[in-house]
Amino acid sequence: MNRVPAIEIRGLRKSFGRLEVLRGIDLSVETGEVVCVIGPSGSGKSTLLRCVNLLEQPSGGTVHVSGVEVTDPDCDIDAVRRRIGMVFQQFNLFGHLTVRENLTIAQRRVLRRSRAEAARIATANLDRVGLADKADAYPAQLSGGQQQRVAIARALAMDPALMLFDEPTSALDPELVGEVLAVMRSLAADGMTMLVVTHEMSFAREVASRVVFMDGGTVVESGPPAELFGAPSQARTREFLHRVLEPTRVSEAEIGAHHSTGA
Amino acid sequence: MAGPDTLPERPASAGAAPAPVRRRLGRRQRQRLARLAGYLVFLLLLAGVAAAADWGRLADAFFRLDVARSMFPEAVTVALRNTICYTLLAFAFGLVLGLVLALMRLSSVPPYRWFATAYVELFRGLPALLVLFMVGYGVPLAFPDREIPGGVYGSVTVGLGLTAAAYMAETLRAGIQAVPKGQLEAARSLGMSHPRAMVSIVLPQAFRIVIPPLTNEIILLTKDTSLAYVLGVTASTIELTKYAGDALNTRVNPTPLVVAGLLYLVVTLPLSQLVRWLERRAARER
Repeated sequence: MNRVPAIEIRGLRKSFGRLEVLRGIDLSVETGEVVCVIGPSGSGKSTLLRCVNLLEQPSGGTVHVSGVEVTDPDCDIDAVRRRIGMVFQQFNLFGHLTVRENLTIAQRRVLRRSRAEAARIATANLDRVGLADKADAYPAQLSGGQQQRVAIARALAMDPALMLFDEPTSALDPELVGEVLAVMRSLAADGMTMLVVTHEMSFAREVASRVVFMDGGTVVESGPPAELFGAPSQARTREFLHRVLEPTRVSEAEIGAHHSTGA
Repeated sequence: MAGPDTLPERPASAGAAPAPVRRRLGRRQRQRLARLAGYLVFLLLLAGVAAAADWGRLADAFFRLDVARSMFPEAVTVALRNTICYTLLAFAFGLVLGLVLALMRLSSVPPYRWFATAYVELFRGLPALLVLFMVGYGVPLAFPDREIPGGVYGSVTVGLGLTAAAYMAETLRAGIQAVPKGQLEAARSLGMSHPRAMVSIVLPQAFRIVIPPLTNEIILLTKDTSLAYVLGVTASTIELTKYAGDALNTRVNPTPLVVAGLLYLVVTLPLSQLVRWLERRAARER
């Protein structure tokens, strides 16, 4: 078996101008693991994810994917990206192409598969996300949930070794979140290696093999979901979970508001 | 017009501010009266013009059927055909050059950006006629041993295309930038190289966005082909405006100008309808 971690991140730093978004991240994801990254907005979760397939160029540190250093300037990044599926918050389906063409274009142009083979793999993956009947529709004709499932199928059609999810349900109406999470859950059950940035705490709790809590560009705490959600060791983690999981119990004193007593 | 069930007068209590003018008429009645007066003035003006005009003279000058008939079929088979040819050739030339300039303008290599910017600023600032003179006479004078292939066709294509390219470069650049950044990111994360992602994903969507402005550019070019006469067109390369001008001289009658005008409209009106339809469709899709 492959002993090399699927993703290995060492001392990763990223700055946008003077703003330091990532301040030295160490994180590794083993093959078959599902790692969920949680944390407040602006904590650097998405930037971390985008550094893995070099959509953002790191300012320092190294990232290895399946043993290949993607931060090496001479690395053939297109070849590495073929093995990394990515799912975006805004779906990013190709609006001028049908659902089937969305799934086949990279297979044909990048993997040089034949038209028939690409179509067969497209159909199989659409079937996997329950949208085989939508192959001839255009993205604009689908609901947000359906679009995101197509986006997942599009990534899967490239036979990726691992999948990155960047807040895949954050742009969806609440009633459409479930269908996308269901697809992701079945992927995890099939043994896919997944790095998921999410705000869906119940998904992280049930599906993740490990949960990473980030804040201020650093990893504050990480561990199995039962541990991190059940007994967080850091005060910052406890505060975040309290605010996310029990938003109606956040007291006025906590946020510095003063109850007016008429005085 | 005013039915028996006209609006009852507004109760005095409804208006908070005291109305300064006659309160007899309701707001609706006043509006209706104003509109009626508008129609009346228009009809009076129309009747005045119709009475003052010398219809016989007008028809004789602008609508002489025999003069119009003598222009056909050459007006269509030669003049209109050449006008359309010049338009399409200059458009094709301008589109290709414009696309190259647009891509240069978005390039990560600064000298490409400088060149494209300078080109666009230069050719947007020059009159099309001056460029045409330069291509038709200036360049041949400077380089007598070289010539633009295609004779007048080639000169018009380059002369009008150079200017059109500057405008289309800006349009295409805007179209490319209007494609969301996520499209390129999605394509790159599937392993496509940057050029491949541009060709397969970004440019098709950019062109879709700029079809209405590009169609407008064709309309402008159709009219600009009338400048081709300065290159000294012959009987076989003549276009509509020059053809009509010649007919005006030989027949000493302005009817040919009317005929030429109508023939231009035959081309441009359907195109502007097309633009409107495309814009409506684009608005629906967004």
